[in-house]
Amino acid sequence: MGAEEPKRRARMAGGLSGCLSVFVLCLCPPSAAAEEVRVAVATNFAATLGEIVTNFERDTGHAVVVSSGSSGAIYAQIRHGAPFDVFFSADAMRPKRLEEEGFAVCGSRRTYAVGRLTLWSATPGAVKEDGRSTLSGHFEHLAMANPGTAPYGAASKQTLQALGLWNHVRDRIVQGENIGQTFQFVVSHNARLGFVALSQALHSSVRGTGSRWDVPAHLHAPLRQQAVLLVNGRHNAAATALLDYVQEEQSRTIIERVGYGIE
Amino acid sequence: MTTLLAMDWGPLWLTMQLAGVTVVVLLALGTPLAWWLAFTKSRMRTPVEAVVALPLVLPPTVLGFYLLTAMGPHGPVGGPWKAFTGSALSFTFTGLVIASTLYSLPFVVQPLQGAFEAVGTKPMEVARSLRASRLDAFFTVASPMALRGYVSAIVLGFAHTLGEFGVVLMVGGNIPGVTKVLSIAIYDHVESLEYTQAHVLSAALLVLSFLILTIVYAINRRLPVRAA
Repeated sequence: MGAEEPKRRARMAGGLSGCLSVFVLCLCPPSAAAEEVRVAVATNFAATLGEIVTNFERDTGHAVVVSSGSSGAIYAQIRHGAPFDVFFSADAMRPKRLEEEGFAVCGSRRTYAVGRLTLWSATPGAVKEDGRSTLSGHFEHLAMANPGTAPYGAASKQTLQALGLWNHVRDRIVQGENIGQTFQFVVSHNARLGFVALSQALHSSVRGTGSRWDVPAHLHAPLRQQAVLLVNGRHNAAATALLDYVQEEQSRTIIERVGYGIE
Repeated sequence: MTTLLAMDWGPLWLTMQLAGVTVVVLLALGTPLAWWLAFTKSRMRTPVEAVVALPLVLPPTVLGFYLLTAMGPHGPVGGPWKAFTGSALSFTFTGLVIASTLYSLPFVVQPLQGAFEAVGTKPMEVARSLRASRLDAFFTVASPMALRGYVSAIVLGFAHTLGEFGVVLMVGGNIPGVTKVLSIAIYDHVESLEYTQAHVLSAALLVLSFLILTIVYAINRRLPVRAA
């Protein structure tokens, strides 16, 4: 990385917009001044980002203020003027839209993690090694995130369709609004089975309990989680530095350890 | 217009049903509770009043979280219920009625209690002295005098259940026709960037709530205030 890192100085000519300003910013000498960066992050990545941010603040001296929420809510807030510099979304669609709509800086979008889906139960032995036979078997409720709104929900639906089991189980599906709520349904035994994020099944509070079947990645479209530099943060040295920092080796190690893939 | 016709209005009807059933349950449970709170000399009165008012101050997520735990197949309520009926309470309409009953409890009990206190014990005593039974006296004397309280209780209980979101979000499971209520449907539309549908449903809820509240204020103005 090093010199290629688009480190930039604060307060550039303000009128430049979109891709052009990124290009110009890249030509500027790096600034050592500590700045504050306001970050919005999808809830499912908030804890992991928190760990990375701790290292980032220690290594760079920049200060980071993190707000977490659903990607959809954050997206709507950004469009209505929320003062965020960087957005870590749980999907690729919303960062792309923000870029197209002029709320994010062109070319700053990157995949920081790839989500992995797992069929999980809080009951040991409830999920067999073969996910198909587990899903064909007896259970009252199968929890998944809302396929219309949550990327993990869409991936769950695609998986069921790929297995040819969608119609078989659809009457027993209960939907969480997001993957966190879906996990809550399963961990509280309200649903015997659930499609959750691997990062949740590996969380310290449940690690080693229950049973799971990691869904093969080819059964659903990749769960790319993308981050983007927002127009608000285009002159903020800390914002771009953070985006780069998340892709550095030590951050990637953390991201993989908690259950995400890396592209 | 095409949007209006193509919209799924199922969540609206489900919400109305939920609010209606909840109000009936609340009137049945809330009337004796409010009566007791209005006239008891028991030391338990203050703590019970506080419990009734709790849903006013607790975030719905707290209630939802406890209910999800309690109504699940391993929960203290859901467990026995499952043994009895074969399924737990979470993700069912019955479960939502129980959740809404707790959530809207103060909105029904407090107006009733206030009305009963305003009526006082005198009219009941007079009726009793004329040999009316306790229940008879209550239904023919005390409750008509507390009519204003009843109107407030019914309308506020109904309207507050219409607006319920956090609790249903946590215990409902978003099942169309069973637990997918209006507020959840609106939330889904916003999350899916379907802002037109979100606008239509939000406007429907806004107008409905406004009408309900207007009606209650209009009725209340016409009903006589009864002094004890």
